[in-house]
Amino acid sequence: MKRFAKLFAAIDQSTKTTVKVAALADYFSDAPEADKLWTVALFSGRRPKRAVTTTRLREWASEAADVPLWLFEESYAIVGDLAETISLVLPPNPTQDDRPLSHWIGALRQLRDMEEAERKAFVLDCWRVLGGTERFLFNKLITGGFRVGVSQKLMTRALAQATGKPEAELAHRLMGNWHPDEVNWHALIEAEDASADASRPYPFYLAYALEAEPETLGDPTDWRAEWKWDGIRGQLILRDGDYFVWSRGEELMTDRFPELARAIDHLPPGTVLDGELLVWIPGSDAPSSFNALQARIGRKTVPKKLLKDAPVVLHAYDLLEWQGQDIRDRPFAERRALLEVACADLPPEAAVRLSPQHAFDDWSALADLRLTARAAQAEGLMLKRADSPYLAGRKKGDWWKWKLDPLTIDAVMIYAQSGSGRRANLFTDFTFAVWNGNDLVPFTKAYSGLTDAEFRKITAWVRKNTEERYGPVRKVKPHHVFEIAFEGIQASPRHKSGVALRFPRMARWRHDKPLQEANTLDDLKEMLRIYG
Amino acid sequence: MEEGGARAPGCDRGPVQTRRGTYISAMTRDPVLQFTDRGIYCPAGDFHIDPWLPVDRALITHGHADHARDGMGRYLATHEALPVMRHRLGDVALEGIGYGQTRRIGGANVSFHPAGHVPGSAQIRVEVAGEVFVASGDYKVVDDGLSTPFEPVRCHHFITESTFGLPVFRWRPQADVAAEINDWWRGCAAAGKTAFLGAYSLGKAQRLLSMLDPGIGPILTHAAVENTNEVLRGQGIALPDTTLVTPELVPKEHTRALVLSPPSALGSQWARRFGPQESAFASGWMALRGVRRRRAGDRGFVISDHADWRGLLWAITETGAENIYVTHGYTDIFTRYLNDEGWNAEVVPTQFEGESLDTGDVA
Repeated sequence: MKRFAKLFAAIDQSTKTTVKVAALADYFSDAPEADKLWTVALFSGRRPKRAVTTTRLREWASEAADVPLWLFEESYAIVGDLAETISLVLPPNPTQDDRPLSHWIGALRQLRDMEEAERKAFVLDCWRVLGGTERFLFNKLITGGFRVGVSQKLMTRALAQATGKPEAELAHRLMGNWHPDEVNWHALIEAEDASADASRPYPFYLAYALEAEPETLGDPTDWRAEWKWDGIRGQLILRDGDYFVWSRGEELMTDRFPELARAIDHLPPGTVLDGELLVWIPGSDAPSSFNALQARIGRKTVPKKLLKDAPVVLHAYDLLEWQGQDIRDRPFAERRALLEVACADLPPEAAVRLSPQHAFDDWSALADLRLTARAAQAEGLMLKRADSPYLAGRKKGDWWKWKLDPLTIDAVMIYAQSGSGRRANLFTDFTFAVWNGNDLVPFTKAYSGLTDAEFRKITAWVRKNTEERYGPVRKVKPHHVFEIAFEGIQASPRHKSGVALRFPRMARWRHDKPLQEANTLDDLKEMLRIYG
Repeated sequence: MEEGGARAPGCDRGPVQTRRGTYISAMTRDPVLQFTDRGIYCPAGDFHIDPWLPVDRALITHGHADHARDGMGRYLATHEALPVMRHRLGDVALEGIGYGQTRRIGGANVSFHPAGHVPGSAQIRVEVAGEVFVASGDYKVVDDGLSTPFEPVRCHHFITESTFGLPVFRWRPQADVAAEINDWWRGCAAAGKTAFLGAYSLGKAQRLLSMLDPGIGPILTHAAVENTNEVLRGQGIALPDTTLVTPELVPKEHTRALVLSPPSALGSQWARRFGPQESAFASGWMALRGVRRRRAGDRGFVISDHADWRGLLWAITETGAENIYVTHGYTDIFTRYLNDEGWNAEVVPTQFEGESLDTGDVA
C-alpha cells in the first residue's frame, strides 16, 4: 500500500490541481493494473463492501488504544473522521508492510466470511503492521466513503494524460454501473467498445451561477430560457426495452421511481433524457415543494399510497441520445427540436413531460419573468446558449443558472457548537432565534456562509461569552445579529417556532444591527403565509 | 489517587473540602487561589496570576499575549521572561525573579518553576499555610533545547491547560519533525522554490530556527519573527544567523532560502514577491487532517509548545495533586476523564487561548 499512500499524500498535501494531476498521472503510468483499477474506483465513489460495522471498529480501537469508549467517541466528534481517529489514537509505528493496495482489498473481502473473533484479530493485526498514512487508508477502505481532494474531473484529466485517450471519452467510460470486482483495467479504460452496458449514463452537464447581469451574455436571441426547477436532476435511459434512472450524483435510482417505467411504452428504445424529477399532483399548476419529493427519495421501495399521494414526473429539458445515437455534439436548439418531437404526443401516464421554454425578446422581460419563479415553485431561470453542445461536468459559458435572490431574515445567535474535521477548533454550528415579545424563539441552525476570518472572530467571542454548557453545545449571550438567507419556508409542527427553512445559511454578520432590531416570530409567520 | 499522598511537609491543618472540590484553608477560610472575573487571585498575597483585566499586582507565567496583558500596576515574572515582556508591553513596572527562588508576598510564599513552554515561561507555585497551588500557565513536558525544561512541582492543587487534551494528539520526537522540515526545505530548494514556514513569533519560531539545517540555504525572517529573535539573542540564547526581509531585499539573491514568518504572512502580498514558493505551517493542530487541509497551504508540520495528551497526564500525575483545575482547551472532555480516573477535577473559565490557529501572533 506504500505506492498508494504516496499518491494519497501527494494529493492530500497539495492544494494545486497541477500537482494533484501530475501525481495521479504518474501513478496511472506505473502502478500495477489491479491497483490502478481500484484507485479509479475508490476516487469515483466505489468501494469494497463493508466487512465490519463501525460500532465494532470503535470498540476495537478504543480497546487497542486503552482509551475509554466515550472518550474515543468525543475524539471522533472533534476529528470528524472515524478512520483518522482510529489511526491517531493507536500507538504509532512505522509501516512494515509492502503488499499492494489490491492485496488489502482482497483481505477485506475475506474478512466478510470470517467469524467475529477472527475478524477482530485480523483487523488488530493490520493496525499493528500498518502505520501512519497506510493505517489511515486501510481504515478508509473498511469504513468506505473515500473523500480525497480530487474531483472526478481531475482524475479523468490525469487518466487522459497517462493513456492518451480523450477526456470526454474517459469521463463517459467511468460513468454508470461498473464495479472493479467485475471489470478489469483493459475493459474499463482501453478496450474499443466501451458502451456495452445498457444502463450507462452520460456525464451530466452542470451550469454555473450567473453572477453578472444577463446583458453581459450578449444577444438574447442566442439564448433559450426555462425554469430552474427545485427537484432532483435525473437522467432517464431507455435502452433494450428497459429503463434506468440516474441521479446527478451517479446513483442508480430506478427502483425509487417505478412510475417512469411507463415511459417505455411511449418513447422508443435508444432514448436518453436529461430532466428534473418533480412531484406533480395531476391537475395542479405547479409542482409540489421539495419536501414532497424528499419523502420519495428516502424510500427504496415505494408504498402504493405514497405513489398516489406524491406522483413523480420527469420534466425533460434535453435529449442526449436519440434512436440509439449519442447526439450530445449537436446544438442545443437542434436537440431541443428533437426532444419536442419525442415528447409531442405523450399522454399524462407516460410520467415524462416537456419542460417548457419561455420566449423572450429582451433581457428585461426575462428579468420580470424571473421574479415570478417562486409562484411556479421554481428556483429561478436556466439560460442555455442555443448553439451549445452538451458538455461533461461543470463548464462556464453556455449554461447559466439565474436563481432568485434568497429570502432573508435577521436573527439572534443563541447557541454555538464547535465543528468537526476541517473546522475542529472553531465554533461553526449556530442556532438562531427571533423575538416573540421578550423571548427569543429558536427557529433554525446554520453552519455556513461566513469567511474563515469571521468564524475565527466569532469563535473567540463564543469562548468569552458562554453562559451555559450542555455537552458540546454552549448557550451564549444574545448579542450578535446575523442575516439568515434561505431558499424556502415550510410549516413544521416538529419545530418550536412552527417553521422549517430550506438551505439556511449566514448571509451577513449584521454588526450594524442592535439586538432588539432582529426580526420577530410574527415576521417569520408572515413569510410562511406568503412563501410557504 | 492516594488520599493526601502529596501533602507538603508541615501541613498539619488539613484542608477542608467543599461541594465543588474547592479547598479552603481551615485557618483563613479563604481559598489560596480563587478564580475571579479578572483572573486567578490570591487573597493572602493580594495578587493575580495572568489577569485579563487591570489589577495592581500581576504575576505572569510567560509573555504570550493572552497571559501577559497591558494595564497592570506592576508585573513579576522570571528574569528570562522579562526582555520579551518589556519589548511587548513597553515601559511598565517589571520585576524579575529566578527560577526556584521563593518570595514572600503578604501571607503567601511564591516561587516560579520552569514550564518548558517558551523561553522564560514558568509555573507559579503559591503556598499559604502549607497548602500549595501551582498555576502552570501553558506548558510542554519535552525539552525543546531552547526553553528551560519543564519540572513537575509537587502540590495539592494543580491548574492546568488542556489545549491538546484529547488522546488523538501525540507528538513525535522533535528530531523526527526536524528531519521532515529539512527534507521539505531541501525539496523546495532543489525545485527552485522559496520555502515559507509559518509559526508564532515568540517561541515556536525560535524553536524551529534551532531545528533547521543552515547548510541547506539562507534563513530569512519576517520582521515580527526577527524582533523576537533579537530580544532572545540579547538575553544570550544562541540562534542561527538570519536575514531580515526588508523592502530592499532582492529575493533572487537569496536562492534556496527558507523564510520564517507569522502564519498570517503566508501567501500574502509580502510573500508573493518571492516568486515560486511552497508554504508550510507548524502547529500541533496540523495533527488533524481536516485542519491541515484548511490551513496548511502545501504542508503541515506537527509541532507544539503545549503538552500532548500523554504529556498532560504525565505532568498531572507527577505533581501528586488531587485537585485539578482545567483552564482552557478541551476542558469538558479532559475534566471528565480526570474525574473518571480518580482526580478531583473541574473546569474553570478563563480567557486563555492556548495554541490558537488564528490569533496569538505576539511580540
